[in-house]
Amino acid sequence: MPANKFNGFTDYGIGIGLRIPHYDHILSRKPTVDWFEIISENFMVDGGRPLEVLDEILAQYRVVQHGVAMYFGAADGPNKEHLRRLKTLTKRTKTPWLSDHLCWGSVDGTYSHDLLPMPYTVAAAKQTAANIRRVRDYLEIPIAVENVSSYTEFHVSEMTEWEFLTEVVERADCGILLDVNNIYVSAQNHGFNPYDYLDHVPHHRVAQMHIAGHTKFEKYILDTHDHPVLDPVWKLYAHATKLCGVTATLLEWDDKIPSFDEVHDEALKANEYIAQARAAKIPAPREAVRSRAR
Amino acid sequence: MWRVVSRPLTNDSRMQPRWTDGRATSAVAATIAKPNDRLTSFERLEIYNRMYWFRVLDSLYEDCPGLRAVLGDTKFIALAEAYLVKYPSGSFTLRNLPGRLAQFIREVPRFTRPHTALCHDLARFEWARVEVFDTASQPVFTANDLLDVPAAKQGRLKLALQPYLQLLRLDYPVDDFVLAVKQREAQLLRGDASNAPTELRRRKAGKAKRPARARTHVAVHRLDGQIYFKRLEPAAYRILLALRGGATLQQALVTGIPRAKNSHADWAARVQGWFRNWMELGWLCKR
Repeated sequence: MPANKFNGFTDYGIGIGLRIPHYDHILSRKPTVDWFEIISENFMVDGGRPLEVLDEILAQYRVVQHGVAMYFGAADGPNKEHLRRLKTLTKRTKTPWLSDHLCWGSVDGTYSHDLLPMPYTVAAAKQTAANIRRVRDYLEIPIAVENVSSYTEFHVSEMTEWEFLTEVVERADCGILLDVNNIYVSAQNHGFNPYDYLDHVPHHRVAQMHIAGHTKFEKYILDTHDHPVLDPVWKLYAHATKLCGVTATLLEWDDKIPSFDEVHDEALKANEYIAQARAAKIPAPREAVRSRAR
Repeated sequence: MWRVVSRPLTNDSRMQPRWTDGRATSAVAATIAKPNDRLTSFERLEIYNRMYWFRVLDSLYEDCPGLRAVLGDTKFIALAEAYLVKYPSGSFTLRNLPGRLAQFIREVPRFTRPHTALCHDLARFEWARVEVFDTASQPVFTANDLLDVPAAKQGRLKLALQPYLQLLRLDYPVDDFVLAVKQREAQLLRGDASNAPTELRRRKAGKAKRPARARTHVAVHRLDGQIYFKRLEPAAYRILLALRGGATLQQALVTGIPRAKNSHADWAARVQGWFRNWMELGWLCKR
């Protein structure tokens, strides 16, 4: 839905990721872009070029922060230094909401720098929800958690991924950054129906969506963010937009990055599906009553 | 799972077939991950094992062009892997990955022989480039600030240096060497948020001639967001180091300038030139 408590009651349109190869183009030509998503960790520094560029961007554009290393699912909880730096950055950017991934990636202070999938258990959901609440309480801004793409499943899992996502966000009372490309990638890798996933997540909690490209290998699909968005993902996005309403949408393109215009044009293709959703005049999703697994 | 993900790969970049206790890794993987109709448990976990190593090795590869130009790709990867086994990332950002590489090279010299001293200098220099890029800056000390200090008290003035300024005393002129290497390499920008490196990116290493040993003093600094290297005379290096250590202007000059080698007048002109240059570059701050 366009504006809800999980995205700070904002009504953002289509954004793109702020990436180094586009800095000169953006700063010199000042293209019209609804908003930029930044990778928080790239700007959690004390000075230098990253913050100089960020300040120039902030003077002209709306910015939303997206993290890659909070690891909400980590057993040892959020890192205090990470949180302190993150809060400093949120004050600078005034991001209306902040997103990071539903994953783990650090153990006892050692970092994988990857988005590792979680075991879908009630215990893990409780721990993750507690971590999200701690982060939100410290940062004092809405949090949205993003479903990750994954390549393995665990024996210990007790529920589907969408049930786990729902369990976490309802326990934490937080938003969802719905990555429809990740849903497609995981569906192909694990053999579930991506439309089942979309149909069963709490639509009223969706604060933002991600779209991206991926790469097909012989036996699995990898979430590479180095291609245009593929047709099956656009179809999923159209379905998600019908279910959730017109939502702030961001195209991720992180490798083999083409020109700014090519990336932006790809992102703006989402307008076609947004127009369809608007024409359909679908009412905003409401919270469904659900019994919580214990 | 973490032990599986972080365990070094085989020489052909595959997951190791034997676990640490001698069991087949496939048996260990089968206890953790489900197979599917296309991939075994081993193969599914191997995707993460490979991605972890490709990501961290690729990051070090990017950050250390000089070091890998000296060692060549194969030896560099062996060094990097051993380093990351002993000192895995302890930070939320890959920026900090090379932070203990110089220490490791000194601790475990077998990966860099017979060029250990050169490699140690390169690791320090390349880490300084990382540090200078995004470390904090302070308001600069200006000529007007100096005018606020009575002439009689200027000798007791304490100045600070920009926090980002890196001062290095090296055994090799690695600044010129790294510049030569970088000129031979096209910049390849690292992806940000994708969690899927598909292979270790290797580019043709620079073929710059290895430098001969020569004591070198270098300041690594930044200006308008760009990183620069500046050679320093030994006396200038000592003065800057003393200022950073909290010495007064007078103490720093006494510490830095060798006695009785040149006339007072010769040094006065040189020191004046250095300070003028340092102020122009914005290196000096109020303490």
